[in-house]
Amino acid sequence: MSLVVDLFMVLLILTSAVWTVLARDRRDAVIAFIVLGLQLSLVWMRLMAVDVALTEAAVGGGATGLVLLRACARLQPVEAEGRLPGLRAQIAAGLLCAGVGVALAAVILAPAAPAPSLAPAVAAHMDEVGLKNPVTVVLLAYRALDTLLEKVVLVLGLIGVWALAPDLFWGGRPASLRAASPSGTLTFLARVLPPVGVLIGVYLVWNGADHPGGTFQGGTVLAAMWLLVMMAGLGELPETRALRLRRLVAVGPALFIAVGLAGFWMADGFLSYPPEYAKPIIVAVEVALALSIAVILGLMVAGPAAKEPER
Amino acid sequence: MTPATLYGLCAAALVAIGLFGLILHPTPLRKVISFNLIGSGTFLFFGIAARRGAAAGFLGDPVPQAMVITGIVVAFAATALAVALLLRMLEAGAPTVDGPPEQPDDLSP
Repeated sequence: MSLVVDLFMVLLILTSAVWTVLARDRRDAVIAFIVLGLQLSLVWMRLMAVDVALTEAAVGGGATGLVLLRACARLQPVEAEGRLPGLRAQIAAGLLCAGVGVALAAVILAPAAPAPSLAPAVAAHMDEVGLKNPVTVVLLAYRALDTLLEKVVLVLGLIGVWALAPDLFWGGRPASLRAASPSGTLTFLARVLPPVGVLIGVYLVWNGADHPGGTFQGGTVLAAMWLLVMMAGLGELPETRALRLRRLVAVGPALFIAVGLAGFWMADGFLSYPPEYAKPIIVAVEVALALSIAVILGLMVAGPAAKEPER
Repeated sequence: MTPATLYGLCAAALVAIGLFGLILHPTPLRKVISFNLIGSGTFLFFGIAARRGAAAGFLGDPVPQAMVITGIVVAFAATALAVALLLRMLEAGAPTVDGPPEQPDDLSP
């Protein structure tokens, strides 16, 4: 019975994926991709990975979709989509990709037995960390170095985006996110949703220690609320040279690195926490990270500076 | 067949479809979208590994799940950077396969 639902889900996903690739218009392709992201988040629920489902819905579908849609709006005047390769080349590419797909399917159908798992290793020391959400424990305790490097990648990515601004505009505001003529509905939602959204974002961060949720999911919801206000034209994007903004970008990674270094004399080494203070330290780092993630995601969607800085 | 296996086959198909789009489309934005499809399929493989590795009272192995969360965020950062790059390319009037360079629309202060 339940497999029928799964089969239906797979059919929906494959339809979205094929549409993403074959749609003639790039905007259609982006919309199909956003739909695919939401469908995939349902699949993550089916795979019992609630934390991943939240992230996929917020970042994979939402934030990525917004970036792609903005790009579509900028590219729209250019009608030419470029010419597709000839039929023979298409068939050759199709065969190659089918081969790759079949090889991957074979890997899935012939799994290693017993299935490799690090779950017992995660469970073994959960008590010492004092958190109940195993994914948060892995992200911020066992594999904290991965998470730290990922934050650094986010900051570097933002610097990369900013660096694409023409010299004249360096430090100015990014191109406005404001819709050409914000509809009444958008303005209304931008006034009503943020208080609720901010509450949900804070809840996800706070709750992430023991239940599904965490810094990424909460941070993305906060970023979404910020972007919503910008899109309705109720607020302006800050100048990229603003010191307060740059401090917010840096506070999460900086605190994480500071805590990591403190591990040298408070515990066993870089990024290790003294067991009795593990939980408060992790929650403090999560709060700072969520703030930074919210600001970084929002600024990445906004793009490089496109206006001269005001003197 | 378990749901995990079924979604595993779905992941294989996603990677194949994404790869096809990456080869097929000459325009950079469509290539970025297709590349994201490949990424989604790859992440789903991690989900299958996590579900199959359910043990010690967890419904899934948390390590691959945590890696996917990190991966999704990094994929977003890479996409945002790629999109910013291709828009800048267009603005600068670089010859792209997207067609003739357009006039920058919101450069006016």
